[in-house]
Amino acid sequence: MNAAQIVMPALGPAMPELILTVGVLVLILYGAFKGERSAEGVSVGALMLLILALFAVVSQPMGTKVTTLNGAFIVDGFARVMKSLTLLGSAAAILLAKDHFERERIARFEYPILILLSTIGMLIMASANDLIALYMGLELQSLAAYVIASFHRDDLRSTEAGLKYFVLGALSSGMLLYGASLIYGFTGSVSFPGIVTALRESSGLGVVLGIVFLAAGVSFKLAAVPFHMWTPDVYEGAPTPVTAFFASAPKMAAMAMAVRVFIGAFPGVTDEWRQIIVFIAIASMVLGSFAAIGQRSLKRLMAYSSIGNVGYALIGLAAGTQEGVRGIVIYMAIYLAMTLGAFAVILSLRRGRRMFETIDDLAGLSRTHPWLAFCLAMMMFSLAGIPPLAGFFAKFYVFAAAIQAGLNALAVIGVVTSVVGAFYYLRLVKVMYFDEPQEAYEPMGPGLRIVLGLSSVVVILFWLLPAPLVGAAGAAARSLF
Amino acid sequence: MIGLSHYLTVAAILFTLGVLGIFINRKNIIVILMSIELILLAVNINLVAFSTHLGDIVGQVFALFVLTVAAAEAAIGLAILVVFFRNRGSIAVEDVNMMKG
Repeated sequence: MNAAQIVMPALGPAMPELILTVGVLVLILYGAFKGERSAEGVSVGALMLLILALFAVVSQPMGTKVTTLNGAFIVDGFARVMKSLTLLGSAAAILLAKDHFERERIARFEYPILILLSTIGMLIMASANDLIALYMGLELQSLAAYVIASFHRDDLRSTEAGLKYFVLGALSSGMLLYGASLIYGFTGSVSFPGIVTALRESSGLGVVLGIVFLAAGVSFKLAAVPFHMWTPDVYEGAPTPVTAFFASAPKMAAMAMAVRVFIGAFPGVTDEWRQIIVFIAIASMVLGSFAAIGQRSLKRLMAYSSIGNVGYALIGLAAGTQEGVRGIVIYMAIYLAMTLGAFAVILSLRRGRRMFETIDDLAGLSRTHPWLAFCLAMMMFSLAGIPPLAGFFAKFYVFAAAIQAGLNALAVIGVVTSVVGAFYYLRLVKVMYFDEPQEAYEPMGPGLRIVLGLSSVVVILFWLLPAPLVGAAGAAARSLF
Repeated sequence: MIGLSHYLTVAAILFTLGVLGIFINRKNIIVILMSIELILLAVNINLVAFSTHLGDIVGQVFALFVLTVAAAEAAIGLAILVVFFRNRGSIAVEDVNMMKG
């Protein structure tokens, strides 16, 4: 190859990632020179970087599909929407953490930096157009997440959560990678368009085996059954703002990755992977709704709730159609608002340095903190799927897509499990409104207020103005087909 | 003559050993870290064997990426292990039991 052929790849499409990468390096230097007292400054800087990256994502031209870095990196409507959701989730994780970490005396500048690094990995996952980029993005996201889980390093539960997350996460990356190597070997290509072309001619047992391993790795990152066993422990052990982060932004990226892999690389062999996804979806919905019934801890409850919600979103993937992908995007956006709102309320249950994390601590919240109780009740009604709250529409779009694709049984199971799930969501409302009140908690910090306010607005008022989200999700889905 | 299938068999055996090492091992977390390395190396054998078989360089590039990530992963795993040891005073697998699951 002569020198004239080696040209610098266009970096414009990767601008959000570049902004975050350069920014995070500057912040590391700032934190390293300034020492422990820089936590606040780095947090503010990280928030500004995330907002800047969000603007960069939104200002990328609508409706066009651009690939760069030799086709490894793609920017289309789907990537833009999922990246925006991811960035919002990461920003919320930083806002939620400030107050909590200061009281726990673990406010260190590494937290926003690790969140940013993890976010870069997630953005790459949403934009990956070959298996190498997918794996590198996934690992950048995961490696930072393992450290964030054990962020409270003097706390046994937090470090144990980090250790469990690391061991099982590394195992799942290994399985995903083994699947990737089989797919590479049997199709002769790592790029998604190349795999599509190769599979048009033939698809053997090797490819199916590869898809199975890949699905195992992906469902681990999504915390879908049967690879969910780490979720309750990690969610319980990690510091609560970190749990809020795990339940929000990485889920968006993992779902984006799942759609990229299955819709982007294997559209020709839908029948092979559809049964896997249907099984995972059903198992997640059932386990998410039944296992949560016996939980006392709010964080474990949210863990099972997130497992169940991933199951509902996967219904859209099982449909494998344009409506299905639209349903996934709408579901994930609304799930982001619901879960962040619920965690903002959980984080505000505190007196002094003591955190309250069980369901009984919510008793009588409606009399001591009426607005807080109202917001949490709305989140719970929405998670249970009661109209006119946003959660109802989220479920509606995925179920409609499943029925259009002829998966009636799947939709019926989804409705039944969401009725079972309503039991434990509504029990929280009952505890808040009808049990004897306890001592009042301390007022919320400003970060919690912002997150709770915004997510409540989205959840309660979504039915007034659904067009922007539904339109964006429709455009995102169109860009994939 | 040693062909592609032999390499794939070795890789599959190593991969299985690695997975079994994580699940059957009841003693020590260091052994789990070694099993994870074993899994990643099995993948590398796969990638390089396919790369030679297909006459395509991408598989070897992928293997280099995997090596790099494996190093980073081991570093982070050991770091978390050290922090856990300072709190718990043990790295036995049955002592990772604060939370049931």
